[in-house]
Amino acid sequence: MKYMLLINAGAIDDNGGASECTVEDWTAYDKEMRDAGIYVSGESLADLVTATTVRVGQDGRRTVTDGPFAETREVLGGFYVIDVPNLDVALDWAARNPGARGSGSVVVRPVADFGA
Amino acid sequence: MRDEGAAGPGTPGESPAQSVESVFREERGRLLASLVRRFGDLDLAEEVTSEAIEAALVQWPVEGVPARPGGWLLTTARRRAVDRLRRDQAYAARLAILQVEADRAEPAPPADADGDLPDERLQMFFTCAHPALAAEDRGALTLRCLAGLATPEVARAFLVPPATMAQRIVRAKRKIREARIPFRVPGADELPERLPGVLQVIYSIFTEGYAASSGPRLQRLDLAEEAIRLARILRRLLPAEREVAGLLGLMLLVHARRDARTGPDGEIVLLDAQDRGRWDRAMIEEGRGLVVAALTGGPAGPYGVQAAIAALHDEAADLASTDWPQVVALYDVLLALTPSPVVALNRAVATAMRDGPEAGLALLDELAGEPQLRGHHPYPAARGDLLRRLGRLPEAAVAYREALGLAGTEPERAHLRAKLSALKVHPRESRKMPRKSASEGQR
Repeated sequence: MKYMLLINAGAIDDNGGASECTVEDWTAYDKEMRDAGIYVSGESLADLVTATTVRVGQDGRRTVTDGPFAETREVLGGFYVIDVPNLDVALDWAARNPGARGSGSVVVRPVADFGA
Repeated sequence: MRDEGAAGPGTPGESPAQSVESVFREERGRLLASLVRRFGDLDLAEEVTSEAIEAALVQWPVEGVPARPGGWLLTTARRRAVDRLRRDQAYAARLAILQVEADRAEPAPPADADGDLPDERLQMFFTCAHPALAAEDRGALTLRCLAGLATPEVARAFLVPPATMAQRIVRAKRKIREARIPFRVPGADELPERLPGVLQVIYSIFTEGYAASSGPRLQRLDLAEEAIRLARILRRLLPAEREVAGLLGLMLLVHARRDARTGPDGEIVLLDAQDRGRWDRAMIEEGRGLVVAALTGGPAGPYGVQAAIAALHDEAADLASTDWPQVVALYDVLLALTPSPVVALNRAVATAMRDGPEAGLALLDELAGEPQLRGHHPYPAARGDLLRRLGRLPEAAVAYREALGLAGTEPERAHLRAKLSALKVHPRESRKMPRKSASEGQR
């Protein structure tokens, strides 16, 4: 079963990275996931100031706006999709994610299965 | 049928069908757990469990009870489940995947000595108390899947409309199914993290039944007894876990005072005024044995320590001869294990019994800024008691009035009103003869 781990960065340091973990932490975690054979995909997202929002109205016209900007302390900073047998295993991987430390958090969401 | 003690079947006023149904309650939990393990789906397991029990209700009175009733029920239920899966191939395909993974995870345990079914309820305890479920749903699910209560009974127990409870149970089961919360017993390395959650669910069922947070009745005995029944099952499944012994001991030692805790009109009677002759001696003895089990062989846990405190109260002939130094010492241990302003409040009240009201009041006043005690009526009530013992009656009245505004149940409010009017009617008398009171969370 596939789960998406949504990584919410808490406090951001001056270099734009989460302050509670290092690049090495992420590299090690990434490698662990691949070695365990559960990695499906994953990306880390560029800074929120680069984000742009698109909406299409009933008349079919598009509205493009800068942002969104962080209204809460937590900002989606990246994600992983993993394939594991059940929620307990997914929660274990979420707990090991460097982004779960300190003021960060990881939200675990099952990927909807419309197949069976 | 096995009997877990407590809540026996056949209460007066039940129809014969209902009383037979309650005999099956114990079996229902076992059956459900076995079927969930085999089919990996709670809804399917619940449906075929009910069907098998219905079939037994029809057949057994006519054909006699089979030699292995548990085995008969399981075979019947499995047959129904297989029939259903034949009719619904897509469903079957999905469950087949679940099943392969479940089989890979752990082998089925063998049947235990006292039953003809393997006892697979432990994994159900952990699933129902899973931290990924909403806290309010865990108790409801545990009562339904392990205590064998029907949804309307669970709704009545929690004082919510049946439709609301049905929605909550549907929501919880949907999360189990769709997020794939597994039916598994956590490994030894995870147990210290997960067992407290299971104990918390059982204890919250107990406290909910014991001091309903709202509504006219102070005690809802059924829920307290259900919690004790669940803890007995868990104790048999995890005999080496000392905190399970501690929790069962704590509940028995508190529940032993049930008859003395309310007066003839349902009014609250606190520890200091309870007729200790009405305490359940057999239950106290059982609880004391569990305290010993909980406190030997390793470091004490919070339930074991609370059980030990309850035992000290139960052993004392009256309030004055209670071993207060020991009670305070145990609260110190509890405070170190689970630092909380509520524990500190109880410790302050016990200290007042040991060292006098002045010392207790000083400790209480240190807690004045605690957000957790804001809106917690035992805090102003305890202050009121100590102020009254010090003869500071106008301040005591203010504290009691504050508590009165916060108390949730009518018996609690009536009790506080009585204290308040005692201040007004007999101010001199109460100054001369300060009546001790220990409302320190002990019921």
